[in-house]
Amino acid sequence: MNFVQRHIKTWLLTELVRGLMLTGKYLFKKKITVEYPEEKTPLSPRFRGLHALRRYDDGEERCIACKLCEAVCPALAILIESEERDDGSRRTTRYDIDLTKCIFCGFCQEACPVDAIVETQEFEYASESRKQLYYTKAMLLDVGERYKAQISANIASEARYR
Amino acid sequence: MLEPLFFNLFGGLAILAATLVVVSRNPMHSVMWLIFCFFNSAGLFFLLGAEFIGIITILVYVGAVMVLFVFVIILLDVNIARMRAGFVKSLPIGGLMALMLFIEMAAAGVSGVFSSATMGQAVQFGQEVNNTAEIGKELYTRYLLGFELAAVILLAALVGAVVLTLRSRKDANYQDIAAQVAVKKRDRLRKVRM
Amino acid sequence: MSILEIAQQAGIWALEILAITVPVALSVAYITYMERRIIGWMQIRKGCNRVGWAGLLQPIADGLKLFLKESIIPSTANKWMFVAAPVIALVPALAAYAVIPFGETTLFGIWERKHVMAIANLNIGILYVMAVGSLAIYGILLAGWASNSKYALIGAVRASCQMISYEVSMGFAIVCVLMLAGSMNLSAIVNAQAGGFWHWYIIPLFPMFLVYFISGCAETNRSPFDLPEGEAELVAGFFVEYSGMWFATFSLAEYAAMILISLMTSIMFLGGWHAPIPALDFIPGTVWLLGKTAFFIFVFIWFRATFPRYRYDQLMRLGWKVFLPWTLIWIAVIGVATYTPLLSDIVGFWQPWR
Repeated sequence: MNFVQRHIKTWLLTELVRGLMLTGKYLFKKKITVEYPEEKTPLSPRFRGLHALRRYDDGEERCIACKLCEAVCPALAILIESEERDDGSRRTTRYDIDLTKCIFCGFCQEACPVDAIVETQEFEYASESRKQLYYTKAMLLDVGERYKAQISANIASEARYR
Repeated sequence: MLEPLFFNLFGGLAILAATLVVVSRNPMHSVMWLIFCFFNSAGLFFLLGAEFIGIITILVYVGAVMVLFVFVIILLDVNIARMRAGFVKSLPIGGLMALMLFIEMAAAGVSGVFSSATMGQAVQFGQEVNNTAEIGKELYTRYLLGFELAAVILLAALVGAVVLTLRSRKDANYQDIAAQVAVKKRDRLRKVRM
Repeated sequence: MSILEIAQQAGIWALEILAITVPVALSVAYITYMERRIIGWMQIRKGCNRVGWAGLLQPIADGLKLFLKESIIPSTANKWMFVAAPVIALVPALAAYAVIPFGETTLFGIWERKHVMAIANLNIGILYVMAVGSLAIYGILLAGWASNSKYALIGAVRASCQMISYEVSMGFAIVCVLMLAGSMNLSAIVNAQAGGFWHWYIIPLFPMFLVYFISGCAETNRSPFDLPEGEAELVAGFFVEYSGMWFATFSLAEYAAMILISLMTSIMFLGGWHAPIPALDFIPGTVWLLGKTAFFIFVFIWFRATFPRYRYDQLMRLGWKVFLPWTLIWIAVIGVATYTPLLSDIVGFWQPWR
């Protein structure tokens, strides 16, 4: 009986037909493609995208040039130079992030004692040359200005887990 | 009007291709010219109205035999320079044979056996007469014995080739595909109670 | 025949050839599009839908891209053969269409008798298709040899082994059809199946239908038999070194062969241009034939989306140890049944020559 059954199965190609039926069924299933530029997948508030330097509400920049981020950066992507300002506070004169080196681990964000350097949910910053991926202090502050609402909302929503 | 034109075209190209088979230095080119030559001879058969023979020429010689030629050339990497080294040495014998063959063919040509008076003239029947069916009828009635004998000899050659080359080595690991396909879940999978 | 008449005849032939090759080339383009869409759908993706409405201009964009690309000839390749190989691959694939009958027509009542819509209505049409189909090997073998690359060579050797092996069982499957139809003329084979689906040869020859179609997959190097271009181990097989238009020529040949196998399967086993039931005869025959062909092309793509690739020894076993004996047995069965008193009445139902 077993022998007969096996041969019937082999010669009628039942297993092949079952495989074809499976793919045939998926032909009519609802498609799960996300058509990217028009549709986007939801991003986590912890998403690690383009970097930004933040300011206080009164316009003073948060960064105090402690260089903790520069020290923790595993890819050596951050370069900081600092000087004493006229009012006696220590501030950065240079804060550069080389995005071609950066591995987006988020350590800089975690190391920062004043929440000055953060990573935004922005990931569409492709450029035509590597030079344009070298972000200077002015550019990073500008990013922070542009995504101010998004950054503070994300920090607020994640505050209780920190 | 067109028939002699095409005859000369096919015949001329066949001779040209056959010459190039011998002359060309690259064995692959020789094979390609030989294939071209077969095509032209098939064309000559078509001109005679023998479409079955013509298409069989293409199917068997070009489609099967020449593929094996190409195979051998690809896989063996024939060193043509070494084979050509003895050209001058064997030229007298080769030349003599070619001359003899030429004399034989010329003698046969002028002897009158192949003249249009003694040879049956090929008649064009057109599409109504099915060439293939007629060949089949002849082959399976008048020439049945010869046909069957040829078939048996070919079968013997086939079996002989298999017997000569088939060696089952005990030390090699062969895969039994039928057993692989027939395998069941319970043959390979065992539930272990932990 | 005067020069003028010859010229006129040549012009008509040229038009007939154009009327077949241009639609074939266009349908090849759109089969590549449908292949991408269907495989996408089967993988719950959407497939290409960007260029033009629903992606319908995609094949044109692809063609343009391939056409404008630089054709690279490797410096160690045999140049003449390298350039000739794609052409040698394409010519037989297109030449085989010369005998395919696409239907019967009276040209809207102008002709009194029905004419077969084929460039050449040969008495040996089916042999012609076999012979021309067997030439497709040369393009592949030459491409592999002329590229002077190990991947191309292995791909070519694999392809030709496979094509030779499966041609044998394909030929025997065709012999079964000939034993029923009693003719090698393709239009006669189709007309032998006239009068409804119970006359179609798929019923007495169902195993041969399977053997023919599966061998057709192997013959055209389509998945699950696409070992010659197995990208996992051979990069792209015999056309690794080709780029641009020469590469496109190879895929044109592959898809043209695929359409040809589908056409031949519908002609030999599914009654060609005849409707499944005589009541549906008001739909033109060509529509039926092309519809059946389209279904088989869909099945080719369906196979590709479903089955994993064969291992090479499994492929050879299937060809020589399964298909070949099976076709030989079926030839014997049909032959014996034709001349056994009681059985001959049953088989005779499909044999109009008796």
